[in-house]
Amino acid sequence: MIHTEALTRTFRSGKDTVEAVRGIDLDVAEGELVAFLGPNGAGKSTTLRMLTSLLPPTSGTALVAGTDVVADPAGVRRRIGYIGQKDGAGHSYRVGDELVMQGRFYGLSKSESVERGRQLMASLDLAGMENRKVSTLSGGQKRRLDIALGLIHEPPLLFLDEPSTGMDPQNRANLWEHILRLRAERGTTIVLTTHYLEEADTMAERVVVIDHGRIIADDTAEALKAEQAGDHLWLSVPAEDADAAVQVLARAGEQLERTPAAGTVGLRYRVAHGTGTLPRLVLALHDRGVTVAEASVRRPTLDDVFLNLTGRSLREGGPALTTTTEGQPA
Amino acid sequence: MTTSDLVLPTRGGAAPDRRTSSVLSDTGNVWLRETLTIVRDPFSLIFSLLQPLIFLGLFGPLLSGFTGGQDLGGVSPLQWFLPGVVVMITMFGTSMTGSNLQYEIMTGAFERILATPLSRPALMIGRALKELTPLVVQGLIICAVAAPFGFVIHPLGILLGLLLLGVFGVGIGALSYSLAIAARKNEWVFWAVQQTLLFPLLILSGMMLPLEAGPGWMRLASQFNPLTYVVEAERALFAGVLADPSVLWGFVAAFVTAAIGLVVGVRTVTRSIF
Repeated sequence: MIHTEALTRTFRSGKDTVEAVRGIDLDVAEGELVAFLGPNGAGKSTTLRMLTSLLPPTSGTALVAGTDVVADPAGVRRRIGYIGQKDGAGHSYRVGDELVMQGRFYGLSKSESVERGRQLMASLDLAGMENRKVSTLSGGQKRRLDIALGLIHEPPLLFLDEPSTGMDPQNRANLWEHILRLRAERGTTIVLTTHYLEEADTMAERVVVIDHGRIIADDTAEALKAEQAGDHLWLSVPAEDADAAVQVLARAGEQLERTPAAGTVGLRYRVAHGTGTLPRLVLALHDRGVTVAEASVRRPTLDDVFLNLTGRSLREGGPALTTTTEGQPA
Repeated sequence: MTTSDLVLPTRGGAAPDRRTSSVLSDTGNVWLRETLTIVRDPFSLIFSLLQPLIFLGLFGPLLSGFTGGQDLGGVSPLQWFLPGVVVMITMFGTSMTGSNLQYEIMTGAFERILATPLSRPALMIGRALKELTPLVVQGLIICAVAAPFGFVIHPLGILLGLLLLGVFGVGIGALSYSLAIAARKNEWVFWAVQQTLLFPLLILSGMMLPLEAGPGWMRLASQFNPLTYVVEAERALFAGVLADPSVLWGFVAAFVTAAIGLVVGVRTVTRSIF
């Protein structure tokens, strides 16, 4: 569905040249649900704009839905749906008019547009809102209207740029419910960008981590977490036993942290299989006379993956969701 | 295509095989969408119709004062003045094409429309034609209103005159469109540039006051103003003189303006990031 080779894009800002995207090689198969994850300014949106033919690449090639983005940009646009970060529907228009005109823009007849608009409105909980002015819709309704606008021509490939930015958790869940259902019904290939870790983690089947204009990791969220981060094991031991504990733990994994507290020392390790390792470690420590006061295992998040890959946290830049941690002491 | 085909989901990979859109039908669709704002809210149109009548009603008597109430060589001063008013409302209308666009750039609708297969020139021609639509009505109304006061109606001339303004207006509309995109991060820049350019262009075209009485530099400057040729052509056409050389030059100026506007506009659209 998508095939790119060494896709790059540079911008000139005064005398400086900014390399926003530096050689993206990407293949997306039919029916995949792929998330581009990365901090703001990583090059996600620029990549998306090149794939949707909205921005010509500086170099490299991209075939999208079988069409070259440079040779036939209008052909690419005809075969894809694109849902941008902002409101797609004009605020001064009526909901029904925007849907019908969108259909006409894609070459559908008036009756086809009306019929598809009606179906989409019904399936996106917008039934009966044809004559409402777009500016009177709630944020969630506007976003669902964007989805309807993006799907009016039933594209085989749908791009979503930061689809849930600024939405509250309830609306976000509702939006995803609709997206996933429409995907199940139509088999649409979906490519989205996000800087929400949880969104990439739970929704996407494949996560492409982008940083500084390059793909630095590309796999399922589970595989990325297993390979790149491992589980985080946290133990609290009496201060006088800390050195003995460290000797035992050194065989289990890599030490991340050693934090002295009142009479105890907190130790954090990265280990391969946390829940399986913990009981054995507690026993081994017990054999050495070390009594473990507290212990917890935390499954890694995609933030740990990003941190491990880049040495930076994704959370620093923008707002991100807090992911659940399993009984980790504060 | 039957109705049952419509509800069948498109399977991934099977690209929808839509007829290739033409610039003409795309322009029609863009125009239709823009015009829906007028159709759904006709009040704005009523006010825009009043504007040229105010100009005519307040300027006309002053004009008679200048000529001492005398006709100019046997024709009403309105015959000279009215084409200028029509050109002026065209300039006011089409130079604001970009202002509606700025709002849509800001809210995001523009990006959504850019992602459709619509042809790029159609985006700006359609928008400019929307600004020109009320103008046709406005032009016809002021001609009808001026008729009892000595303005002679030459239907074919007026028709060609409006066509000429249509071509010229597409060029001005496309330039306004480009300006709106260039100034998308500072909206006031759009208005500053539009206002700064509009009035010198209007005055240096001899639209409101004849330049024959002006200083030499003004007459020279007017030679480089495409609007000058459009105004002269309109005066000839509204007077029913279709074979005048000024008509030819007017159309040349209009087509050159439209071509430049569309080239600049398409380049601006393809090179900007929203």
